[in-house]
Amino acid sequence: MSGSVPSQRPAELRRQPVRLLELRREIPRRWYLGAGVGFIALFLIAWIALTAGQWVSPIFLPSPLAVLAELRSQAASGVLWQDLWASVYRIMVGWVLSTVLAVPIGVLMGNFRFFEGLFEPFIDLVRYMPAVAFVPLTILWLGVGDAQKFAILFIGVFFQQVLMIMDNVKTVPREMIQVSYTFGLSQWEILRSVILPAAMPGIWDTFRITVGWAWTYLVVAELVAANVGLGYRIMRAQRFLETDQIILGILIIGLLGLFTDYLFKWSYRRLFPWALQSR
Amino acid sequence: MQDLSLHVGVNEFVSLVGPSGCGKSTFLMMAAGLESISAGDIWIDGKPITGPGADRGMVFQSYTLFPWLSVEENIRFALKKSKLSRREQDALVREHIQLVGLEGFERAYPNQLSGGMRQRVAIARALVYKPEMLLMDEPFGALDAQTRLQMQELLLNVWQTHRTTVLFITHDVEEALLLSDRIYVMTARPGRIKAEVVVDLPRPRNLLDTESDPRFAALRRQVLTLIREEAQRAAASGEFAGAT
Repeated sequence: MSGSVPSQRPAELRRQPVRLLELRREIPRRWYLGAGVGFIALFLIAWIALTAGQWVSPIFLPSPLAVLAELRSQAASGVLWQDLWASVYRIMVGWVLSTVLAVPIGVLMGNFRFFEGLFEPFIDLVRYMPAVAFVPLTILWLGVGDAQKFAILFIGVFFQQVLMIMDNVKTVPREMIQVSYTFGLSQWEILRSVILPAAMPGIWDTFRITVGWAWTYLVVAELVAANVGLGYRIMRAQRFLETDQIILGILIIGLLGLFTDYLFKWSYRRLFPWALQSR
Repeated sequence: MQDLSLHVGVNEFVSLVGPSGCGKSTFLMMAAGLESISAGDIWIDGKPITGPGADRGMVFQSYTLFPWLSVEENIRFALKKSKLSRREQDALVREHIQLVGLEGFERAYPNQLSGGMRQRVAIARALVYKPEMLLMDEPFGALDAQTRLQMQELLLNVWQTHRTTVLFITHDVEEALLLSDRIYVMTARPGRIKAEVVVDLPRPRNLLDTESDPRFAALRRQVLTLIREEAQRAAASGEFAGAT
């Protein structure tokens, strides 16, 4: 036979259009990353356009350059580093205090109905109370020092964190616990060597989310009776209508929050490779 | 469950089949000591069951491997309470990895294994500490048809070489016939024993020869008829329940 067979073109030569909008469909990585960077770029361009064209008064929205200049002057004078350190320190202590209590209590609540019954009604009550409203009380109780800042961060984080950790523990499959009993382990041994390791990735993710909340509570914590800190700088700038300082502070808090988020995501992959879906 | 009475002899492979919801899994959980017994007693080796213990190994339908441990570590975990020396434990773990054909996967983690391989690890883990009895609750229920057949053959071979007492729950009649010495058929709710079927097919068995044995077809017909009666009875009483 001499009929010509249509040549099979290799798959990569058959160019397919990139399909971006399809339900649950993976898209090329460069599109995924490019879209995120592009959106931030768009936001910056809009900012530049609005300020450079004198559309809005610098009192309402200073230009990116003004914010950059503010950053330089704060860095040069050392104010920036003082604020950074004070805030990071407060976040760390407040969040660690909350976590050190939330982990054991959440683990008990997730495993023993008694502890769930004991603590949950109280926690549900408190967690809807606004942390800001505790500012006058905490000053009354703890004074105007760092302890008051830790307390606000603690109140903002703890009551949600403990419930999330309880849920993390509850996701450990019942059968995994039951099969451990058949190896002759006591319930304390199962708690320590089965439930805790099994719940750890979920708890780590809770850490990531709650440290993010701590950043959002920073301004509340430094609202009153502070003389250093990123949140304090924002509150002070408000009084003098120094909008460039406000925006700088907001941006720095945002970037630091992003940084801690990535830190936890990165360490998650390092610590719990077995928890990643491989297929 | 009601008036449920059955016995499993030493080194006997017994299956419990019945319509869904009849309480066969609940019975197994009671036998494992993981669920409290509402009335009556379950005895093992002359002692009544009061709680879970290392004398009964258990394999579940869902995957119960510890995802943070490798295949080898998962199997070794079952020996946590063993008084054997480290070297004896090593030997046991190695022997059981071979038994289920997972050589070369010792260091793999469960998220790198297929469903069938995970259940092989679960079987090895339930056998490694030498329980007097193995309780299996639809262990192959979540696997695809092909893998399921492979696993039935594997279990058949494991049991024929390492005789042990097995109580096996399934709703797959062919699976029960292939593996068991005896089958108990349960009634629909409330679950009672409806019939006992002795599977007198010759051993050693294997998938192809056993299932093409004419006696296999006859037994299958017998068991399927029993189950169908129950399914119909359950459907009829379900209509009454729905009418109220």
